[in-house]
Amino acid sequence: MDVNIDKYLRQDKMPHIWCPGCGHGTVLGSFVRAFDQSGLDQEKTVVISGIGCSGRASGYLNFDTLHVTHGRALTFATGVKMANPELNVIVMTGDGDGAAIGGNHLIHSSRRNIDITVVLFNNNIYGMTGGQFSPMTPTGDTATTSPYGNIDQNFDLCELAKSSGATFVGRGASYQPRKMIKLIKEGLLHKGFAFIETLTQCPVNYGKRNMIGGARDMLKWQDEHLVPDKKYEKMDPEEREGLISTGVLYQVSKEEYTDKYQQVINNVMAGESNE
Amino acid sequence: MSKAKTLLLQGDEAVVEGGMAAGADFFAGYPITPASEIAEGFAEQLPANGGKFIQMEDEIAGMGCIVGASLAGAKAITATSGPGFSLKQENLGFAIMVEAPCVVVNVQRVGPSTGLPTSPSQGDIMQAKWGTHGDHPIIALSPSSVSETFDLTVTAFNLAEKYRIPVILLLDEIVGHMREKITIPPADELEIVNRKKPKPEDKDNFYPYEETEDLIPPMPDYGTGFKYHSTGLFHDKTGFPRGKTEDAKKLMDRLMGKINNNLDDIIHLEDDLNGDEDVVVLAYGSTVRSAISAVNQVREEGIKAGWVKLKTIWPFADDYVRKLAEKVDRIIVPELNMGQLIGEVERVAAGKAEVTGINRYDGTLITPADVVAEIKGAL
Repeated sequence: MDVNIDKYLRQDKMPHIWCPGCGHGTVLGSFVRAFDQSGLDQEKTVVISGIGCSGRASGYLNFDTLHVTHGRALTFATGVKMANPELNVIVMTGDGDGAAIGGNHLIHSSRRNIDITVVLFNNNIYGMTGGQFSPMTPTGDTATTSPYGNIDQNFDLCELAKSSGATFVGRGASYQPRKMIKLIKEGLLHKGFAFIETLTQCPVNYGKRNMIGGARDMLKWQDEHLVPDKKYEKMDPEEREGLISTGVLYQVSKEEYTDKYQQVINNVMAGESNE
Repeated sequence: MSKAKTLLLQGDEAVVEGGMAAGADFFAGYPITPASEIAEGFAEQLPANGGKFIQMEDEIAGMGCIVGASLAGAKAITATSGPGFSLKQENLGFAIMVEAPCVVVNVQRVGPSTGLPTSPSQGDIMQAKWGTHGDHPIIALSPSSVSETFDLTVTAFNLAEKYRIPVILLLDEIVGHMREKITIPPADELEIVNRKKPKPEDKDNFYPYEETEDLIPPMPDYGTGFKYHSTGLFHDKTGFPRGKTEDAKKLMDRLMGKINNNLDDIIHLEDDLNGDEDVVVLAYGSTVRSAISAVNQVREEGIKAGWVKLKTIWPFADDYVRKLAEKVDRIIVPELNMGQLIGEVERVAAGKAEVTGINRYDGTLITPADVVAEIKGAL
């Protein structure tokens, strides 16, 4: 599939700052291809990111872009979308930015079912600050702040988004860019809150420290552990052990938040004019 | 043609009326005493006028949300009190950095921490200036009556739009909750300022953070094709960080300069001086009321006293207070805190006038009798 992705990227900002072997570029590349396929208007699209490696994504993208405070991208995105519902609003965040400091905003943005698409880069670590454990670092793993092994529990962000009210939930991975393009495209076109977790390797600050290895080994690890959701659903709980489901995990159609608010405006204004 | 209307309102309600009159079309916030009436008022009025109200999950989200709305083109406002004002500080600094016009109301209650949630205070004067980290410009206004709350809410929006900066409106719980008669002028009698926008033909050669002659770059709405970048990192005129120290100085100088070059436009105050005062009471917010009452009382006894009401707290009225200190023997600064703005008065007076404070920090107000006693003690 030959796509001109150049128009979606700020060429003068390349090369990007992500480390050799990092999976973030694959997610970004998948995103611009998905955006192209979605048919959405580039000039009516705002991309908002927070702090961390994922936070740098907005600067490389040729849209209206906003690089905000740590964990708060969804709050700014909510303001943009509420103020002008005609805009396509996309949030790029990470596992520290989106699941730790910004976790509350993820819950409540999901709950509102506001029409925002979230791409969460999950590399299981705080990469930019040098490898501290995140809420997505598996229990027992080593990080600079868990030198004796991480005693925290990691958790399933897709389950969190789903149970909080997100109406589109999916998981992609840097090992499967073609599937990820399709997934992100579907998320972009979904009306309502779309949450997409993307698994991306951090060889420098996570893989090497945890004996998984470099980028190639980490992608091989993905290959061995990823299962399409349809297959995963049919597996017994014992078979699922250690495996990760991918694809569209959940999608349902529900009235969207800004539409509901517009209805409030219409009702209130109609009521007043009838007085 | 709209007509003037006379109402009996709380200060909090006057913020809503002032905001609507100024063209506010967006509110995001979180409930908190004693500011919740502001959220409630906007929740009712905004949708009735086609605007948007959203109650967010926390105070931080409320601040982020209004900055996003502002960048999308809205005239946005949030309202809070001490604990919430503390939580808003990081995103307030972000708004200063990306130059997003917005209004942040803080109906001050006694702190620190949960403090006295329903009692008045002027304890957040310094927080309004220095609450967010790093050097930065800020504008803060403080009304002393319900009517002035309306006026200064309009002024807050106008200054925010004109200078691309968050403006803090510092009420105290007394002004927020007291009811007074207020006459709201017809819409066509109000001066409303809207942000300067770039022309569509400027798209190809557009620098979102250019050092224009007035130091205030035009601001496009999101979705109008400018495709520009904003960040909390120090940036150059393109909006992108280059990691160069000269960019940091240049941006900081411009951010400060756009305010410091326009102090006459930004600093609002009133005074009642005959030019022969021995003592002047310099007050702001609800304490102005006791100051005026006390000055009127002692003048009847032949004491040469006057009053100054600061409506703009930040930037501080350095020049005015400096000249005042050269003319009078003593300046009294009543404050519902342990002495915050008095430090600025002392700095500027630089020993040329004696400066004394009247301070209450127990959640009760400063009475006219308290001020009279201090004036007489000063003579």
